[in-house]
Amino acid sequence: MSTIGLYNYWIVFFLMMSGLYVVIVSTNLIKKIIGLNIFQTSVFIFYISIGKVRGGTAPILADDITLYSNPLPHVLILTAIVVGVATTALGLALIVRIHTAFNSVDEEQIYTSKDSRD
Amino acid sequence: MISAHLPALQVVIPLLAAPACVVIRQFTATWLLALSVSWISFFIALSLLWQTFHLGTISYSLGGWAAPWGIEYRVDVVNAFVLTIVSGISSVVLLYAKESIEQETHIKRIHLVYTGWLLCLTGLLGITITGDVFNVFVFLEISSLSSYLLVSLGPDRRALTAAFQYLVMGTIGATFILIGVGLLYMMTGTLNMADLAQRIPEVEHTTTVHAGFAFLVLGISLKAAVFPLHYWLPNAYTFAPSAVTAFLAGTATKVSIYLLLRFFFDIFSETFSLRTMRLDVILLILGVIAIFSMSLVAVYQQNVKRMLAYSSVAQVGYMVIGISLATATGLTAGIIHLFNHALMKGALFLALGCIVYRLNSVELKDLAGAGRRMPWTMAAFVVGGLSLIGVPATVGFISKWYLVLAALERDWWWLAFMIVASSLLAVLYIWRVVETAYFKAAPAGHIKEAPLSLLLPTWILVAANIYFGINAVDTVNFAKRAADQLLGVF
Amino acid sequence: MAAQGTLLLTVLLPLLGAVLIAMCNSKPNLRETVTLSTATLLFLLVLQLLGSDAQQTELIIARPLPGLPLSLSTEPLGLLFATVASGLWIITTIYSIGYMRGNKEQNQTRFYVFFAVSISATLGVALSANLFTLFVFYEVLTLSTYPLVTHKGTEEAKRGGRVYLGVLLSTSIGFLLLAMVWTWHAVGHLNFTPGGILQGRIEPGFLPLLLALYLFGIGKAALMPFHRWLPAAMVAPTPVSALLHAVAVVKAGVFAVLKVTVYIFGLDLLRDTGANRWLMWAAAITVILASLVALTKDNLKARLAYSTVSQLAYIVLGAMLVNSVAIIGGGMHIATHALGKITLFFCAGAIYVATHKTNISEMDGLGKSMPVTYAAMLIGSLSIIGLPLTGGLWSKWYLALGAAAAEQWAILAVFMVSSLLNVAYLLIIPIRGFFLTPPGSGQAGTIQEAPFASVLALSLTALGCIALFFFAQPLYEMMASMFERQL
Repeated sequence: MSTIGLYNYWIVFFLMMSGLYVVIVSTNLIKKIIGLNIFQTSVFIFYISIGKVRGGTAPILADDITLYSNPLPHVLILTAIVVGVATTALGLALIVRIHTAFNSVDEEQIYTSKDSRD
Repeated sequence: MISAHLPALQVVIPLLAAPACVVIRQFTATWLLALSVSWISFFIALSLLWQTFHLGTISYSLGGWAAPWGIEYRVDVVNAFVLTIVSGISSVVLLYAKESIEQETHIKRIHLVYTGWLLCLTGLLGITITGDVFNVFVFLEISSLSSYLLVSLGPDRRALTAAFQYLVMGTIGATFILIGVGLLYMMTGTLNMADLAQRIPEVEHTTTVHAGFAFLVLGISLKAAVFPLHYWLPNAYTFAPSAVTAFLAGTATKVSIYLLLRFFFDIFSETFSLRTMRLDVILLILGVIAIFSMSLVAVYQQNVKRMLAYSSVAQVGYMVIGISLATATGLTAGIIHLFNHALMKGALFLALGCIVYRLNSVELKDLAGAGRRMPWTMAAFVVGGLSLIGVPATVGFISKWYLVLAALERDWWWLAFMIVASSLLAVLYIWRVVETAYFKAAPAGHIKEAPLSLLLPTWILVAANIYFGINAVDTVNFAKRAADQLLGVF
Repeated sequence: MAAQGTLLLTVLLPLLGAVLIAMCNSKPNLRETVTLSTATLLFLLVLQLLGSDAQQTELIIARPLPGLPLSLSTEPLGLLFATVASGLWIITTIYSIGYMRGNKEQNQTRFYVFFAVSISATLGVALSANLFTLFVFYEVLTLSTYPLVTHKGTEEAKRGGRVYLGVLLSTSIGFLLLAMVWTWHAVGHLNFTPGGILQGRIEPGFLPLLLALYLFGIGKAALMPFHRWLPAAMVAPTPVSALLHAVAVVKAGVFAVLKVTVYIFGLDLLRDTGANRWLMWAAAITVILASLVALTKDNLKARLAYSTVSQLAYIVLGAMLVNSVAIIGGGMHIATHALGKITLFFCAGAIYVATHKTNISEMDGLGKSMPVTYAAMLIGSLSIIGLPLTGGLWSKWYLALGAAAAEQWAILAVFMVSSLLNVAYLLIIPIRGFFLTPPGSGQAGTIQEAPFASVLALSLTALGCIALFFFAQPLYEMMASMFERQL
């Protein structure tokens, strides 16, 4: 397997790094969540690609097929996707609350706003 | 018959009770439900602890699917001990929660606190009890998502940003764990911990396993707030409702430390994780930096809750040092401190909650004269503080004793000296509070002592600090057994 | 069984007293009656321990860690310390009634409560059967005396309290705990055993280091440079300085030093390896330096504090001479210095109550208006110096004999020089009181003796100093029996 042959992992790597980059660099909370999503998606792709067996078909029982892809990582990643959705939902809900409380979704504006009690 | 299903019930009962809270909504009823569920969990944990200690490891196949295909719940002395700590702290703090939460949280959201609480408990117990690494991830996310919720329900608007910060960091950590699990699965084709332990040695030298290990360690360390991955913790602890802070401080980081132990010593071998990957040196250095730098940072805090939060990061440093020594005594010290720190931080945060209840502030300057106006609360704080310092006849002393002993066993004089020297920093930050509370004149206005329903749980934990400081034979024995088991001696 | 009960009761009784005192908050007379009767009962209990032949009884209170019990037992040195502490508690209580009321101090109940707790901790130190138990009570003593030191609640009291707690906690946790864990690691237990437990367990090269950790770790022994807490503690009300910082707390320190030397290291081990040699000089330097500092202090209590630092170093020096005569001298010095110094502190307090003066330079000619106080002060000074007709003579005598037996002539010279310094900084106070005329002689007539209770107490301790001169034999025999058991 050449380096190019592992292109799926390169994609995973690229997505992961861009996701993390967005999380770290952007000050907009919504963009942070988007970055987090990209980051998580890269892991989904990673799981899906480790389940693939070269030449294997979808894991549906049939008489003339002997080589299946591994279904377990796919099942696992379904769970992880659900978790990701839940995280996104919670994150967005928090942003809505933050917006009402601070009148901004930008990190810099929030942290420089007066730290007074409600 | 039911006793055979205890491992499953441990997790399932709080899991089922959580949605019930959303349905019920009435705040007293949800509190009662959460309280009784937590106590049931505590008794289940106790009985599991008893069983594992006397009858050996319990293996439970969820849904009757045998491992390694199905999900296995595996209870040995190590995690039975952690289960007891988690459910015990939760139960005592819930006793306290009612009044405190009612004051600090909007009445319409109180049922959400208990929902989140039960889910968090489910997650923490699940992480501890499961024998399946993917299951660890799932429970980790359950506990994390619910703790973001719990933090965001704090009285200050900054609780929201603290929760968001925690969410971002926590998700990165959890995703790292997911990657690590995936990489291990790639090389071994299994998710069962015992199975992994058997298969990993063959592929131990591959880069994939090394990378997987690194991702796991980073992810878990982030959750455990191991220095310098503690960035989320001070804010989250400061702005969460008092009862929630006490609960999280006593349980969440502890469970993550347990996970580190499990991965380091059970799934990987200690030769691999500590020697080959040189984590012994890395963790030792990080631990030593943590106990000094974080204690120093704590000294300069004006917000007492944040001060204790930084102190928590420092205390995690002690546990990490214990682990990095990789000897039976070192591990024993780490595990004992896990238990002891839960007790002392629990007591301290509860005492602080009493102060919030009456004074509505945790700023150091507002504590002036609190010693006279709230004598019982401040007395509890002082005892908890002494325990943190490591004064004899408190649990903190037991921890220090074993840590120093473990350092001396390795002939590391400098380390023994650093451990005792750093605990003197705790004297500094605790005494700032004591001096303010007892020597500064109180501002005008009448302040009553906190109500009994808050004082009683606080003093239960304070009493536990003293009891387990005077009679530590049992805890030490449990911790020793756990350490031996992790090192494969037993 | 009975003896075990007495042991436990000895430590618990003052605690029980503390609870009762707290309950009598609003009734000062009843409160003081409770304190006084607790003190008397306690003294009787200790006397009973002294009389009973239950030398070997051991009582285990709890087992905090495997192989590390919290236990009590009796032993000559400890019994002596317990007798001195509990006996002087009675007198101090009488004195404090006069002092605290005369000065109209605040929070008197808190004062009496923590006083009782401190006494309980002191007795725990005295009767502890192993080093661990000693350490536990040692720390309890530190913490329970903190509210007494900061009693006034002023900024100055707070600063004093900081130094007090800072030095005592950092030395005990920083060094003593380390030394203890090391010993435990090497030996496997910490029981006080005649002849020591370290023989052959630790590389001889490390012994001086371990000994240094112990000596400096026991911060209450006030070996320089860890003596700063003692002058700092002088912000406390005088009864506290008198009983706790001339008797209970500081003696707990030197007592621990003696215990560690005799029962943990063992004299033979120290003598054979010479681990004591340079620490002996650390103590000798403290003796001289502290005396010199005392000379420069004009504040009476500060001068007494530095005198205490110097006298404590005598006892440490006695321990470091590692022969039985010097140790006996050191043990006797615990008792004789206690009586002498408490007398001096009582006098200082009495002068403060009567005139509100704290500086020696302002006290010229006071002896004429306060004759009893000044007579007692003279006797106390003589005893500290070690002149005949006072008990101080004997302890210094045996310490000097010990130095001679160890053929440490330089140390002998240190003893002599420091006694001369004692004359210079202590005897001068009563001399100025009796022979100089007060500056503004018009006001002399208004000054009277302190309240009766205070004067009674200081007369009693002064008489005690003289009594020890004539009845030193039992004291000597008691100390000597410490070494008989070894044979």
